[in-house]
Formats: sequence, C-alpha cells, structure tokens
Amino acid sequence: MAKVDFTKYETTGFYDEMFKATNSVRPTYEQFKKRLEKLSKNKLKFLQHATDRAQLSLGMTFNVYSDNQGVERILHLDIIPRIISDTDWDRLAKGLEQRIVALNLFINDIYNEQRALKDNIIPKDLVLSSAGYLKECIGLRPPENVWSHISGTDLIRGDDGNFYVLEDNLRCPSGVSYMLENREILKRTFPEVFERLHVRPIHDYTHHLRDMLESLTNESPASIAVLTPGIYNSAYFEHAYLAQQMGAELVEGRDLVVKNNFVYMITTKGLQRVNVIYRRVDDDFIDPLVFNKDSMLGTPGLFEAYRKGNVVLVNAPGAGVADDKAVYAYIPRLIKYYLGEEVLLPNIKTYICAEKEDCKYVLENIHTLVVKQTDGSGGYGMLIGPKSTKKECDEFVAKIKNNPRNYIAQPMINLSRVPTLTDDTIEGRHVDLRPYCLYGKEIKIVPGALTRVALTKGSLVVNSSQGGGSKDTWVLDSN
Amino acid sequence: MLSRVANTMYWMNRYIERAENYARFMDVNFNLSLESPPDAEEQWKPLVTITGDWPMYETRYKTVDKHRVIYFLGFDPKNPNSIYSCITNARENARSIRPEITKEVWEQINSIYFFVKDGLEKKLWKNNDPRLFFKKVREDCQLLYGIFDVTISRNDGWHFGKIGQLVERADKTSRVMDVKYHVLLSTPQEVGSPLDLMQWAALLKSVSAYDMYRKKYGKLTALNISEFLILDKKFPRSMLCCLIHAEKSLQEITGSTGGFANEAEKQLGKLKSELEFIDISDVFETGLHEYLDEFQQRLNGVSESLYNSFFATQAQVQIQQ
Repeated sequence: MAKVDFTKYETTGFYDEMFKATNSVRPTYEQFKKRLEKLSKNKLKFLQHATDRAQLSLGMTFNVYSDNQGVERILHLDIIPRIISDTDWDRLAKGLEQRIVALNLFINDIYNEQRALKDNIIPKDLVLSSAGYLKECIGLRPPENVWSHISGTDLIRGDDGNFYVLEDNLRCPSGVSYMLENREILKRTFPEVFERLHVRPIHDYTHHLRDMLESLTNESPASIAVLTPGIYNSAYFEHAYLAQQMGAELVEGRDLVVKNNFVYMITTKGLQRVNVIYRRVDDDFIDPLVFNKDSMLGTPGLFEAYRKGNVVLVNAPGAGVADDKAVYAYIPRLIKYYLGEEVLLPNIKTYICAEKEDCKYVLENIHTLVVKQTDGSGGYGMLIGPKSTKKECDEFVAKIKNNPRNYIAQPMINLSRVPTLTDDTIEGRHVDLRPYCLYGKEIKIVPGALTRVALTKGSLVVNSSQGGGSKDTWVLDSN
Repeated sequence: MLSRVANTMYWMNRYIERAENYARFMDVNFNLSLESPPDAEEQWKPLVTITGDWPMYETRYKTVDKHRVIYFLGFDPKNPNSIYSCITNARENARSIRPEITKEVWEQINSIYFFVKDGLEKKLWKNNDPRLFFKKVREDCQLLYGIFDVTISRNDGWHFGKIGQLVERADKTSRVMDVKYHVLLSTPQEVGSPLDLMQWAALLKSVSAYDMYRKKYGKLTALNISEFLILDKKFPRSMLCCLIHAEKSLQEITGSTGGFANEAEKQLGKLKSELEFIDISDVFETGLHEYLDEFQQRLNGVSESLYNSFFATQAQVQIQQ
C-alpha cells in the first residue's frame, strides 16, 4: 500500500509552514512528518473520513440557504495541523496584547473625549462616518473601560515569513468553538503525535471566558447568558457550545424582558435577573426601540438597561467603530499615540479611497490590488484584482467612484501555505490565522487559534462562506 | 428554567415518543397484514385513523395502499406527524436547547435523524419489507430514553421532558384502543376465531403490552384488555400509569405535595383521580368510544394548561403586566 510521500510536494513561490524547501522540513513539523510518512494513503483518507463523521455527529454544522432549502454543511476540517513555534507565538501574543489595549483606548476615546480626533491622529470624518460608530454610545463608559472583550484578529504570514494583521474583528468574532473542537478531534486522529510533542493546551478557554464575563459585574453569583439569534444562524453551533461549556443560559431575544430598566429571563418560575449578556446578535438588532425597528432578534429596552449600567453587554455596542477597514490603516499611529510604543504586529499597506491621493492610486492600479468594503466581512464585497477580469475591475472602479468612503485597497499578499489533503494527494493551500483575545480586568490569550484554509487550489479566500475550511492550530512548546 | 426551553424539552420528548409509537404501529400492522385477508384498505386504513392523520391522508390520496401509507406515516416530510417529521422536529428542538441536554443525548438524536433521513433518500417505503427500518427506529428511540435517564439530572428540564413523553404516550394508547377496539366490536360473529385472536394480540402488541398482559390475565378478553390499557397502575403504557407519573413529575417541578399550585396541576390531577376511581364496567356503560374521546380532549386541555402555566413567552408576560 502506497505510503504518504512528500518528495514531490511543491513549495516554490510561497512561504510554506511545513517545508523550507522541497524535502527540507521545518523543525516544528519534524515529528508530525515522521508520523504521516508511516501511514498509507488509504489510512490517511480513513482518518479524514472519521473526522468528517465526528463533526456531523457533534452537530458542528451550519445551514446554507439557497432556494429556501436549508442545506446542512460542516466546516471542513483538514487533518494536517498548522504548527507554530513558541517563539513565533510569544511574539504574536505580545503584538496582539498591544493592539487590543490600544484599540480599546481608542474606542473609549471616540465615545468620550475624542482626543485622537482633536489631535488629528485620525481624520474625524473618517471615524464618525464609520458604519460601526453609534452616536447612542456617546458618553458611555463600560466596566473597566473595555469595549471589545472578545476579539479575533485575522493574521497572515507573508512571503517574508513575517506575520501581518489583516483585519481586526472587535464585534462578534466567531470560530472559537472550532478552535476548541478541532483540537478534540485531532487528539483522536493523531494520539501518537500528541504523546511525543508538547502542544500547548487550549481547553481552559471557556473557563477564562466565564471568569472574564463574571469579572464585569459585582453581582455574585453572576447570572450570565449567551444571546443568540437562534438555530438558523450560521454560528448557532458555537453559541450553544459556549453557553454549554460555560454553564450559562443560552437565550434568544424573546426569552428576555426588560422591566424598570433591568433585564430578566422569562422562566417557568417567573422572571429571573440577568447581569451579563454575551451577545452574539449584531448591534443593529439588539434593541428595536433604539436600533433596527424591525428586529425580531432583540429585546425592547435592552439598550436603555445597558446605558443605566444594569446589565453588561459583551462586546459593548459601538465597538465596531474600530474594526472599520479604513480605521485599520491608522492603527499603528494610534498605538504610538496612546501607548507611546512602536507597533509590534505590522499592518498591510492600505490605501484609503476616501483620501484623494490614495484613491487615485487605487483606481489606476486596481488590477494589482485587493479592494475591500470598509464595513464588509465574510469575504463578501471584495475584489482580488490580479485574479479578476477587466469587467469585474471596472465594476469596482465605478463602485469606488460612487462611494470612496466605503472602500480601501491593499497590495495582494501571498498568504503562506500548509500541506492539505486533496482528493488524491497532498498540496499546499493558503491559510490565515485567527487567535482570540479575552479582555476584562486583564488580557488572556490562549495559545491556539483558528487556522482557516482556502481549499480551492490557488485561492486566497479562506472564508467558510466561500469554500474555506479549517485546521487545528498547534503551538509547540520547545522546553 | 427558561420557559422556551421547558416548552422545547416537552415537545422534543413528545415528538420522540410519537415517532417511536408510529414505528411500532407500522411494524405490528405489517405483521398483521401478512396473515389477514388481502384487502389493503381494511389492513392499512385503521393505522392512519389511529394516528389521527386520516383527514390529511384523504385530501392527498384517493386510495389506500400499503406503500402509500408507509410513506405517509413514515417518511412524508409534508405530514407533520410522520416519523421523519417528528425526528426532524425533535432534532431541531434538541439543537435549540443544546446546553440543556447532554452530548450523549444530542448525539443519539442526531444519529436517529441521519438514519431516518437516509431512509427517506433511499426510498425505503418502496421495499417489500421495510420492517427492519421501523424496528431500528423503535430501538433507537428506546435507546434514547435510556440515555436520557442515565445522563440527565432530575432537574425541571428532565421532568418537563418526562411529562411530554407521558402525555403523548397516554394519548397514543387511547387512540389505539379507540380505533382497534371499534374494529373488533364491529365483527362480533368472529369472536374467538383465529382471525379475531390475532387482531386482539396485535392491539396489545401495538402498545408493547402483549407479554405483560398475558402474564397478568392470561386469556384475551375485551374487558380485560380494556382494563389493562386504560386503568392498570403498573403497566407503563396504560393511560392511568402515564398520568400517575406525569403528575409526579409535575409535583417535582412545582414542589406541591397535595392539591394544586396552578391550572395544569389541577387539570392533570383531576383527570388522573377520575381514572383511579372508575371501574372498567363504568367505562363500558359510558361507551368506550365516548369515554376515550373525552379523555383525549381533556388531555389536550392538560397540554394547553401546561403551556399557559409554564411555557408562555414574552407576549403573554407582557399581557399579564
């Protein structure tokens, strides 16, 4: 039976996470490669198949809607892990900490003193025109002045082997349940490798999450709820998973009621007070009295209860002002401004279409650039210039001219690759990296992340809605 | 516990119980049809009547035939009571209260779902003998009852689930009685004939009561069968036994030790007491059909009062304010 074989594995043109060059494995992957090479190709396929089955059985599924028929999908988990050395990781974690502190100072500043605007660190118009900016939050100071308690920053590794921040997700970043469950599944897939290596554990994430949520209220015992839009939301599995792992109530908007500006759950024994809500419903939908009037997902009066300090909302409404893709370009300056430090995790060069010079450059060079909508996510509303037709580029030129504030552009970065199972062989596929930060009284970053992988050959789009899958991410302890 | 969650727990268990009952009915009826005169309508129509799905069947199909009935009750996504629909609903319910149940319970419901869905995709109703499918559904549901019992704390959620299961079970037993017994009484000239005995045995088997009945009474008689299925205090599918345990669960939830704390407790307690203090001969005096019909209506009343006492959500809360 043919064994797994890497002698023909192609590494040229990109940074490969496993190989320096063909047949020259990086130290982080030595043990893993040895194990893989002992397996027959059929055995490998069997392991992959067992993984798919495990995901189905756990209910790690999401619904994709087309022509009204919900199709249930799993987020494909590729069994070859993404392995990171502890030196790389420790550097990353420091950079993330720096960034999340500065971003929270920025959000708090914007809704209060607006020092950064007065000192012209970032253009006022740009900030106040952001879709994530909520005037309803002016003057608010959430507990500890923290607005984004749970963040998931998207990082990539470029050709040069360095990590860059691709975007900040400060509102309701999803995927952490996949980080945790992927690990559980891989421990069953490759027990021998785990025995030989010291992979830093991540299983305490939900404990830290609960501790963080509890630390935001003085009530004891704290009553904590996870607010979900319901089972048809694509991240529902995660909402249920986190609530269950934390021992919190999983609630929908209709389970809550606000009376005299306090929030209660409707239970079989009457109303029961809620102190902290980890809400996975977008700002727009949390309260029909204040935001989207048609929202069926929210609870009338919730925002007023929050303003009065009678309930803590996590993440705080309005935090999205700082993950606007145009604001992103200024973050290195903001870090310097608030912390007096140089940025540890660099940004990717970003052209802001709202600024004349930049816009001109973007319009002239659109075929070489990646263009993104400033309030977009999920890989939608973007153009990858080098991979698009003339017609597609022209469409974006028109869109940018029509509403420059809505767009930014970046040079195309060749995301690093990790060997990935394809139908009959193993090939490099592009990946990004999303670690999760918890920020309450202190910052906690568990040593792991969601690695998203673009399963289609040559594709750079890793989003699950666009043919992306995931990988377990191992941080190796070398001690 | 959240009212919505309690309601979902209640319905999830009702759906599973319903699916298990349907699976058993199909299996028994299939066996019965093998030894009965070959008249499809006579063999299969009672089954659709028992489940209460006849009005819908009538609007959909002109004739009664084996494969159609098996499809309609087993697989039809458009029939909200088909096994497929019940299991799909139960799974959606389980998903929406995932933190309230255990991983084991979830995985079992999920596995039943994939099995039934696979059956639908493979068009198993076209098979000449789909009994294996129904047997497995029944066994898988029974396995789920066991997993539920050994992995979930006896908290309010468990008790609401139990009440849902028992209300559904009592309802199904009463419906089997009603329809099957009707058929039996309409053919008095055949009492004692081999065909007759077979029908009686099938009635008992439809509610898994054959073995326990034989142990208690031995001989098959109309009076004794009725007594066993309506008034027996120890047989788990008898109507009274279901009510006794449903009441116990309700008392666990409310903490009341006598009397009643709300409308649901009042109605359930009353219905149970009436069954406790009636003879089977009284039942026959009222008329069995009339008696069962009233029972079913009052059981619906219990279900409604449970909703009003515990499950009512925001709309109701606001009205009360």
